[in-house]
Amino acid sequence: MNLQETKDILYNGLWKQNTGVVQLLGMCPLLAMSNSVVNSFSLGLATTLVMTLSGATISPIRNYVPNEVRIPVYILVIALLVTVVEYLMHAYMYSLFLVLGIFIPLIVTNCIVLARIEAFAGKNPVLPAALDGFAMGMGLTAVLTLLGGIREIFGHGTLLSGLDLAVGEMAKGWVINVIPDYHGFLLAILPPGAFIGLGMLIAGKNYLNLRGEQKAKMIKIHSANVRTA
Amino acid sequence: MKRLAKATLRTALNLLFFTVIATAILAFTYSVTHELIAQSEDAAKLKLINQVVPAILYDNDLINDTINLPASPELGTTQGTIAYRGLLHGQPSVVVLESIAPDGYSGKIGMIVAINYSGFITGVRVVTHKETPGLGDYIDIAKNKWINLFANTSHERFQEEDWKVKKDGGQFDYMAGATITPRAVVKAINKALHYFEENRDKLFVTNPSKKEATP
Repeated sequence: MNLQETKDILYNGLWKQNTGVVQLLGMCPLLAMSNSVVNSFSLGLATTLVMTLSGATISPIRNYVPNEVRIPVYILVIALLVTVVEYLMHAYMYSLFLVLGIFIPLIVTNCIVLARIEAFAGKNPVLPAALDGFAMGMGLTAVLTLLGGIREIFGHGTLLSGLDLAVGEMAKGWVINVIPDYHGFLLAILPPGAFIGLGMLIAGKNYLNLRGEQKAKMIKIHSANVRTA
Repeated sequence: MKRLAKATLRTALNLLFFTVIATAILAFTYSVTHELIAQSEDAAKLKLINQVVPAILYDNDLINDTINLPASPELGTTQGTIAYRGLLHGQPSVVVLESIAPDGYSGKIGMIVAINYSGFITGVRVVTHKETPGLGDYIDIAKNKWINLFANTSHERFQEEDWKVKKDGGQFDYMAGATITPRAVVKAINKALHYFEENRDKLFVTNPSKKEATP
């Protein structure tokens, strides 16, 4: 795996093919768990972990899996990894487990995990496969966290609430009251808030893309002009 | 035909192979973590119970002194539940019941209700609910202290007709905007108290089959 390849995988996962705002796979947890930064970030990390591990697991066995039954085997491996992650979380991070609750098992059904295995890990060596899972997961985590942050600020006027569930009692004081004395904005917390927020994020991404393209065009025209002059 | 059968068999065996390996890994992880999981669940349970039962009310191993209760319409339960029993100096002192209010604004509201031997509630906590965030969710202690209203209430203190929200002529405060939720909670707690009064002696009976199971 050379440097260019690494760069490409990272760029694809984090920006160009971002699972949250471009591929729009994995909407179920994206919309359901993105009501606060802590929830979003935790679920994002759990998904990233599963994606990295599944990439790294599928890749070395890819030549031994018969083509006809590759999907059942992939699902088996994903389900295995998710259950292992669930057990570990249940045992070592119990309070966080309570928060993420049913969404941990649901990582299995998150299309993005199977999609990346089918599209990438099933055809590439271990290192790029793991890196691809990691980059795609981090891309999702970034979008989730951003969306969670927006919804939490508008919905509750706070940031980082519930952090004590993830890292312990001491974090109770770390909650940031962005808007003091805020009475909450229900729409942002309820599911429609997730759709509206995500829509805006997608619009923002598209705007940045368009602007980038236009800039590139301008530079091209400019340099052409310079050459003819 | 033979070749096809052979290929099918090979594929099936292959799938079986992967399944066996996955099962083995899962079994290993389970064996490593299940004790820790049980511990943290017990700890979480105890933490919750300690919120509704003052530690001075019992000196036994409350988490493991349980009795199985059948489903009961008065508790709103459709499946058997477990009640935790606290003893002080060998005398029954407090019991923690699971109760479900079936008529919340969006579905069931699960609670634990702790009642001491003389029929006073020592505390209530809402454990599961799907009430509207920002409106009905003040029944959750994480959002509001409202649920503490029920501490130290009983049928001795409040008559049957007082077990309503103030809007309906009862004794219990509620918050504007959401009355269905507290109404359901008050009703369920009242019913749990009735259940306790009718079954008090049964609740504290020492369970002979359990004694045998743990030598």
